[in-house]
Amino acid sequence: MMNHRHFFNRKLHSLLGVVPIGGFLFVHLFTNFYATRGEAAFLERVEIMEGIPFVSLIEIVFIFLPILYHGIYGLYIAFQAKNNVGNYGFFRNVMFMLQRVTGVITLIFITWHVWETKMQMVIGNVEATGFFTLMNEILTNPFMLVFYIVGLLSATFHFANGLWSFAVSWGITVGPRAQRISTYVTMLIFVLMSAMGLMALFSFANPVDVAQAIQK
Amino acid sequence: MAEQQKTIHLIITRQDGPDGTPYKQEFKIPYRPNMNIISCLMEIQRNPVTVDGKEVAPIVWEMNCLEEVCGACSMVINGKPRQSCTALVDKLEQPIRLEPMKTFPINRDLAVDRSRMFDALKRVKAWIPIDGTHDLGPGPRMPEVDRQWAYELSRCMTCGVCLEACPNVNDKSPFIGAFAISQVRLFNEHPTGKMNAEERLEGLMGEGGITDCGNSQNCVQSCPKGIPLTTSIASMNRATTVYSIKNFFRN
Repeated sequence: MMNHRHFFNRKLHSLLGVVPIGGFLFVHLFTNFYATRGEAAFLERVEIMEGIPFVSLIEIVFIFLPILYHGIYGLYIAFQAKNNVGNYGFFRNVMFMLQRVTGVITLIFITWHVWETKMQMVIGNVEATGFFTLMNEILTNPFMLVFYIVGLLSATFHFANGLWSFAVSWGITVGPRAQRISTYVTMLIFVLMSAMGLMALFSFANPVDVAQAIQK
Repeated sequence: MAEQQKTIHLIITRQDGPDGTPYKQEFKIPYRPNMNIISCLMEIQRNPVTVDGKEVAPIVWEMNCLEEVCGACSMVINGKPRQSCTALVDKLEQPIRLEPMKTFPINRDLAVDRSRMFDALKRVKAWIPIDGTHDLGPGPRMPEVDRQWAYELSRCMTCGVCLEACPNVNDKSPFIGAFAISQVRLFNEHPTGKMNAEERLEGLMGEGGITDCGNSQNCVQSCPKGIPLTTSIASMNRATTVYSIKNFFRN
């Protein structure tokens, strides 16, 4: 029993990234995707999500605290590395660097995003029924639209590539062939989740255009 | 045959002692066919004069086997860590840049202190305790199929290249490095070594242990012996995960 605490902390960090944070990311983007069907369809989903029993408790225990732990410990891990992509430009080393860069961007983005949306509801500046309008107003600013696109892509990349390293860190994919195939699978997940998220984002930004495009 | 003699141009990063500041010196030495970096350094040792004509102290470096099995002569050659004995001048771009492996404490010039690697081997108990106070008789036999891949792991020479290439081995992190994790896999596969498998897994699990690997996989790309280091790491990830879960439920 030398030092199981460190082992546990790192394994917890790895696990939380997938369950519940990765799961939450999927549900969140999936819910947002209803925005492509218009404001009413989206708000109907929001109502369902807000109507879940013990919603605040679930949000704190399964979303807020895990993100806090994963984010803060992740920052420590990210700044412990001495990136050397210039000298060792191997694919996995580039992914290693990107995983850390996107992690930091995602943390900054999430902090801002939660403040701008969820916290505004908590302090009573906005109702759940006003979320569509709120997002629409935020995204009319081109700078914020770019910030949201970068934040979204960072989050989906960090999740997808994190899924790859989760499989290695837990000894699921051991050999080089298994790790190569899981690279393809996780990158496909990155593309699909990004597409889903981006469509929702553009629906918030230009609801009319997207609705017309879908009807055509 | 009055043609100009071919030379080899070397730029060497030097340091006078463990606390000294690094500086560069350039040397031009006469070319001979089939030279390696060691024979270049020997040539400089015979005539330690820089390109400016200044006589300097000969360069300090380590070497031993001269056939890439001891790992002592590792250094960073043209940006990549490798053994200077198998770094052939004809295959290198000139000027040839020699630097010490800065991941390790530098003793002098190109000689580094690799003690941390041997400490790591002690930490994970990378050996097989065979003898007690009396003869225990022959151990169990090892299946040939396992011996074949385990032999690949046994070719590790503690040269330090995997640590030098790793972004997670640095002065901010206590990570022991890929080689030690691979050695645990080697000794845990051995039929006699298996008897102490859990002690080695314990050694891997603390701070700076296997969880500090960030999967950049530079180690497996850089290993001069082609050891499947990342397979060893993932395999030991599995072993430590299973062990920790078992351990949780039985205590």
